[in-house]
Amino acid sequence: MNRAEPLLEINGLASGYGPIGILRAITLSVRAGEIVALLGSNGAGKSTLIRTLCGLLTPSAGSICWLGRDIAGASSQSIVAAGLVQVPEGRRIFPNLSVQDNLLLGSYRRGRAARQANLAAVIERFPRLGERARQAAGTLSGGEQQMLAIARALMAEPRLLILDEPSLGLSPKMVDTLFELISQLHRQGLAILLVEQHVAQSLALASRAYVLENGAMAFSGTPAQLLASDQLRRAYLGV
Amino acid sequence: MSAALWPALLNGLTMGAIYALIALGLTLIYGVLHIINFAHGSLLMLAMYGVLLLFERTGTDPYLALIVMVPAMFVLGYGLQRFIIGPARHGRDENTILATLGISIVIENLAAWYFKSDTHQIATAYGDTMVDLAGALIALPRLLALAGAMVSCALLALFIRHSDTGRAIRAVAREPEGARAVGIDVAHVFAVSFGIGLACLGAAACFLLPAFYVSPMVGHSFVLLAFTVVVLGGMGSFTGSLVGGLLIGIVESLGGLLLGESLGQIGVFIVFVGVLLFRPTGLFGHHA
Repeated sequence: MNRAEPLLEINGLASGYGPIGILRAITLSVRAGEIVALLGSNGAGKSTLIRTLCGLLTPSAGSICWLGRDIAGASSQSIVAAGLVQVPEGRRIFPNLSVQDNLLLGSYRRGRAARQANLAAVIERFPRLGERARQAAGTLSGGEQQMLAIARALMAEPRLLILDEPSLGLSPKMVDTLFELISQLHRQGLAILLVEQHVAQSLALASRAYVLENGAMAFSGTPAQLLASDQLRRAYLGV
Repeated sequence: MSAALWPALLNGLTMGAIYALIALGLTLIYGVLHIINFAHGSLLMLAMYGVLLLFERTGTDPYLALIVMVPAMFVLGYGLQRFIIGPARHGRDENTILATLGISIVIENLAAWYFKSDTHQIATAYGDTMVDLAGALIALPRLLALAGAMVSCALLALFIRHSDTGRAIRAVAREPEGARAVGIDVAHVFAVSFGIGLACLGAAACFLLPAFYVSPMVGHSFVLLAFTVVVLGGMGSFTGSLVGGLLIGIVESLGGLLLGESLGQIGVFIVFVGVLLFRPTGLFGHHA
């Protein structure tokens, strides 16, 4: 695939909860194979944007083009089936199910044969999850649960992976492992939209960055441009 | 006294298995949708009339009626949740309580209007056949009810544990947000769970009718006990419903033996109050 081909293009998007508008005039794009960082302080609207992208909220204006097709207002299951897959904030694994059942549910929208092939590939990447396949997912450590959440999303055969605050609650050592994994997935050609609090590490991986502020885009450009602007650095990133 | 004990136990087990099956439907709906289905009793009554009509109009044997009633109740449950109870929720639990209560009032009054408040029974060739089980005489339909209810519970447990749909149901029950993230259609799974809950009633009705009467108010007595079973076993717990159902059946039967037939249920409510006092999450319940 041409690396410059746009996977996701958002134009003039407005969204929110019922009559309460949160996002205004959002424009964002992700091309095949790139890591894009989405930054912003708490309450800036990052989660609302992710929820709208994944079909959990219906936008009140604007378009969300996925592979050239407008998916604004489509159901979350059809969006996952089309290859736009999120690792939700707080992981949202199924604690009462075994690790293997968690993984198999990741391929819920795929056929039986694809499911087994995906399972084998994911377990090869995460041998630790293979060792614990029969264990209830709720008994895993926080880091292992985050790995499981990412592995479960990979089971859905994503073209673009949305990682929503994946480092939340992890030890510094686990955070390093996580960023190593993100960089590895990127090298293998997966496009990633990364929502993160670890700004420096995210910008080191990302080819482009967006900063959300009060529901609108305050910045879009390369990490170098972002870091060069003293005002933006101080106001939004605290670095 | 001791000679009467074994028959009473056996009798209690047969009723208990039916209570367990009814409670299983209730606990599944609660466990997945986190709503209490107040229409459970009237829907059981509806299913019993379904079996009665099939028998009277087409001569279908109640056990053969399983093939019709289980899928029919599933479809009814799916539709009720998908098109009435789900949309009526608007994000508030009170609304679902009102919706299920409303459905039960409508069904009961339609039944009272159409069938009148007479009690009906069906007469089968085997209805009065008695079986000698280690010295206790028990009616064949009751023995079949025990076996049928136990098999139904086992099949449902296997389905929930090992099928793709069962996995999705367990996932939605605990983490609907995560289920949406992997592309599970949560509204569909809710409706399927409600449908399965009602399919349990369809099966229970087929096992009940050869031995019991049906009237527009028959659901109340069963469902009051089924609610007790669900709370006793632990809200949402499968094992709890099964053990709780059998336990309630036995307590009711032994209570009837010791205190006289009409006081049998006192024992049930003593056990119930005891559980609420000393183990409010139920026998197999998790802490909320």
